[in-house]
Amino acid sequence: MGFHRPDRIEDALAALASGASVIAGGTDWYPSRGDGPVPMNVLDVTRLQGFRGITRDGAGWRIGAATTWTDIARADLPPAFDGLKRAAREVGGLQIQNAGTLGGNLCNASPAADGMPPLLTLDPKVELIGPHGAREVPLADFVTGPRQADLREGELLAALHIPDPGPSAGGFIKLGARKYLVISIAMVAALVHVEGGRVAWARVAVGACSPVARRLSALEADLQGVAVNALAGAVRPDHLKDLSPIGDVRGSAGYRLDAVAELVGRAIAQAARGA
Amino acid sequence: MMDDQTAITRTGFKLNGQAVSVDADPGERLSHSLRERLGARDVKVGCNAGDCGACTVLVDGAAVCACLMPTARADGAQVDTLTGLVRSDEGARLALAFQAHQAAQCGICTPGMMVSAVALLRDVGAPTAQQVRDALGGVLCRCTGYAKIVDAIVAAGAGNVAQAEVSGAVGTALTRLDGAPKVDGREAFGDDVAPDGALALRVIRSPHFHARFTLGDIDGFRAAHPWVALVLTADDVPGSNAFGVIPGFEDQPVFAEGYARFRGEPIAAIVGSADQLARFDASDFPVTWEDLPPILDVAEAMADGAPELHKGHAQNVMTGGFVRHGQADDALARADVVAEGDFTTGFVEHAYIEPEAGFAEVVDGRVHVHACTQAPVMDQQMLAKALALPLESIRIVPTATGGGFGSKLDVSVQPFLALAALKLGQPVRMAYSRIESMQSTTKRHPAQISLKIGACKDGTLSGMHFEGLFNTGAYASWGPTVANRVPIHASGPYRVADYLAQARGIYTNGPPAGAFRGFGVPQSAIAQEVLFDELADQLGIDALDFRLKNALVNGVPTVCGQVFDQGVGIKPCFEALRPAWAEWGAACAAFNAENDTLKRGVGIAGGWYGCGNTSLPNPSTIKAGLRADGTVVLHQGAADIGQGSNTVITQIFAQALGVDPRDVLIKGGDTDVTPDAGKTSASRQTFVTGNAARLSGTALRRQVLALVNAPEDAVLRLGPDAHVQDGSGAHDLRLDQLPADSEGFVMRVAETYDPPTEPLDENGQGVPYAQFGYAAHLALVEVDTRLGTARVLRFKAAHDVGRAINPLLIEGQVEGGVAQGLGLALMEEYIPGRTENLHDYLIPTFGDMPEIETLVIEEEDAHGPFGAKGLGEHALIPTAPAILNAIARATGARLRQVPVTPARLRAALKEAGHA
Repeated sequence: MGFHRPDRIEDALAALASGASVIAGGTDWYPSRGDGPVPMNVLDVTRLQGFRGITRDGAGWRIGAATTWTDIARADLPPAFDGLKRAAREVGGLQIQNAGTLGGNLCNASPAADGMPPLLTLDPKVELIGPHGAREVPLADFVTGPRQADLREGELLAALHIPDPGPSAGGFIKLGARKYLVISIAMVAALVHVEGGRVAWARVAVGACSPVARRLSALEADLQGVAVNALAGAVRPDHLKDLSPIGDVRGSAGYRLDAVAELVGRAIAQAARGA
Repeated sequence: MMDDQTAITRTGFKLNGQAVSVDADPGERLSHSLRERLGARDVKVGCNAGDCGACTVLVDGAAVCACLMPTARADGAQVDTLTGLVRSDEGARLALAFQAHQAAQCGICTPGMMVSAVALLRDVGAPTAQQVRDALGGVLCRCTGYAKIVDAIVAAGAGNVAQAEVSGAVGTALTRLDGAPKVDGREAFGDDVAPDGALALRVIRSPHFHARFTLGDIDGFRAAHPWVALVLTADDVPGSNAFGVIPGFEDQPVFAEGYARFRGEPIAAIVGSADQLARFDASDFPVTWEDLPPILDVAEAMADGAPELHKGHAQNVMTGGFVRHGQADDALARADVVAEGDFTTGFVEHAYIEPEAGFAEVVDGRVHVHACTQAPVMDQQMLAKALALPLESIRIVPTATGGGFGSKLDVSVQPFLALAALKLGQPVRMAYSRIESMQSTTKRHPAQISLKIGACKDGTLSGMHFEGLFNTGAYASWGPTVANRVPIHASGPYRVADYLAQARGIYTNGPPAGAFRGFGVPQSAIAQEVLFDELADQLGIDALDFRLKNALVNGVPTVCGQVFDQGVGIKPCFEALRPAWAEWGAACAAFNAENDTLKRGVGIAGGWYGCGNTSLPNPSTIKAGLRADGTVVLHQGAADIGQGSNTVITQIFAQALGVDPRDVLIKGGDTDVTPDAGKTSASRQTFVTGNAARLSGTALRRQVLALVNAPEDAVLRLGPDAHVQDGSGAHDLRLDQLPADSEGFVMRVAETYDPPTEPLDENGQGVPYAQFGYAAHLALVEVDTRLGTARVLRFKAAHDVGRAINPLLIEGQVEGGVAQGLGLALMEEYIPGRTENLHDYLIPTFGDMPEIETLVIEEEDAHGPFGAKGLGEHALIPTAPAILNAIARATGARLRQVPVTPARLRAALKEAGHA
């Protein structure tokens, strides 16, 4: 029982083994309780060594799981992270961005998690630490369903490892029914590498249109070699066949598919402009 | 540091520069610790979910929602709240600027706004408007429409905080007389006033829309929960367990009796220490539910075989309203063109940032209830019936009210608190959570409207037939008023010689629908104003000219046959918009010629609203007096829920008396000392209470002048050494020589005003209101045709207010009203069971509001104080139809349902032929 706020991972794992509820930024942890009581055994992971901050990791990057959205928005990062930065500025309001963390966003595993699409385009692995040591899992495999993640008993998400994205540039567009502080109806992230006026490679991910945000691999393949000034016609309906949106208070399934076709084109164009 | 025995965690940090230490449950919210353990009640809790930003504090300089942060994480940190920050350079500048711009209306969001703004000013110095919007986008305001907050913060950053000199006379933009506590953290709302150690109360509510239930073993529950001081159920209601605001419609129980008609309906309450109650899981309360099929819309409710939710109401029809004038169907038959449509609107949540809250205590055998409210005397009357006590045994002390918009006309926490305090003999407090506030308090009525309007080739209207079904939810609340008002107003401010309108309120298992800014008229205005555009288009007549051709003027009867020989101001409102109508229209045409995906359009709409009760007595009384020391005291009972009655009523009173309003001491609506100024509703306070204030000021002036035999035009100098100055010199009043009464008054007055109305006959013909106010709105909207999103880019609002008592307060009312109208048009829909929080239920944010220009029209009204008319509800009525008309002009898409969500708009765009 009690509030645990350790520096050392060993202490954190011990608290977790005692049944503590893990809190990072708290921006999902509290609202998910509704009017019910909050747990009496709490593990705060925001002070753990290596859990906060963005560092070079060989040729790639390491982002601690408790890194806040504001940390990301203010970090000096290459244009490949522009999509992630845009997403960071659109998670809730500034109060939420100052508290909410990347790792919390992933572990909470909402289909509408703003961090997922841009991170998927960066192709990261997540670093998990548990009683039996550490392991790495591709992000695409880590989030397995709505509110479900491949987080084993006693494990914590420690960091993301992002391979060197090279001279690519990212884009991100969020569609909501109001300007600020809004849950996405749909969102699209794109990462585009342009060489000689053509797309050398591209990655595109869509959120809030499937149980877990996902990449559009057929589209990515078809984008290779397309001239930047010809991107407007590149998206076809069959590129979206892997999406399976639901209808909810924010929009119907049909609307989501319809809008996302447009958003995908705009996000690719936005990324290509930065590349 | 942690005590393993109890799991209580001790946390030390600096609060506004002072070292503090607090013992809290693990995971306890910082907002709770600050408010309840450290007395920092300037930190407001609006949602407990990070959706409103009201609880924003700075932690080591960064703005965070205190409701989303564990107290224990603040260990060693520096925590700043408004109370401390207002003493900083940035805070002091912001306080001045917020006052000067009237950026605080009710004041409940103000601490969160100002704390966020301090962080911004420290970050960027002199922010632009866009930087303000981006930085404060996570803080919601429901009163202001945000523009004045942006203006104030930009001004504070620029160091431009000098106060404009104003006399305070009627017609001047006097700063809010009650403004200072709103900007320095001292304002005390419903949840800020309970004494330390008060017990806390939690209501147990139905999780079902429609269900029977059996309470379980209450004694066993109490034995298992020894900290529970009291359990209340229907058996504990000594008086009538059926309340309501309209005589004959008292159909709502304080606690349901074995049968719950809506999700969120109270079935019991428990009282205990605040700490224990915070740890309590309401699902542990012993009750067995039998879920019944719910009736969620009017079609189901009126279907054959639907259960009667209230005995004696066949087809679940609560009541209806009716107006017939001329022969509507004959006129429609001979019309050259006819437009018709079926329109749908949803429940709309008031979404004031202050959830209902208060406390009650027993003093000398009487129960005192301190709570936020729009109607203290109605609260008192309700409690008298429920508690079976005489009125004199109940004292209502209104706290500051953090927004109301109609919903705080009904009781919420009051009966629970009063019952518990009387049973226990000690103070009991409660604050609704955001979820229970949204589930259980009243909503705007969803409407199903069928409307048919005809016109002749020359543009003259020829017949209008209106049928409206209004979903009043589980209980009547103000549903009868909606049913009554809508047929009177559904014509809009136009001459409709042949008119038939019927509105009915229908019971369902939805939340009770009651009063919400406009009582059904915003819904009917959507149908009428949208079809007006379609008629104008069919006739090839300019939409503005079409409205002007049919607009009411002095001497022409309304659909109730009421003829005003003065004061009808709709035409000047439309005329004031004509230049922008032409200019914006041309700009949109040019824009559309250059753009395929984005399309812009301008929409226009008009509206009217009768001020005060419909054909019923509606008095306000204002008491005032002079103390021996020369202090002028005004007992101002018109609940100021942010709209500004404390300032406006005082300006009117002071003008009549002949003093500076800043020298008047205002006493609030405490029912022990202040007479009934009626409810803050129906746009009546400036008109009705304003008249009572004018009469009181005049009467007091007469007494003062008589004391020294001074002439009418003498000048009063009250205060110390009070005297009267006239042509023959200064005459000392020697007030200290006069006998003082029990309240310390050496002179006192109490005057009452009741607007002259007459009953309506069986066809709704008569004199429903002594005055109407008029409005016309112009909206410039941009539609992204591929995504179905709509943004209002510019807005102009012309309002005939009769006489502008305080022009800046008028702008505040208009901007806030337009924000609510924009929400109604584009995003707000309360879906019971699905949007019971402020992240699924969306209200406009800083980024959704356009620049709004208010054009004040002063068509003086003979009945209004100094010519003034009401305004509160008018501000919202034309907004939604203006936006819908703009969308239609931009894209050809004609919407019949609000809110126009992106999904609905995109579907309509496709139907209109857009790719």
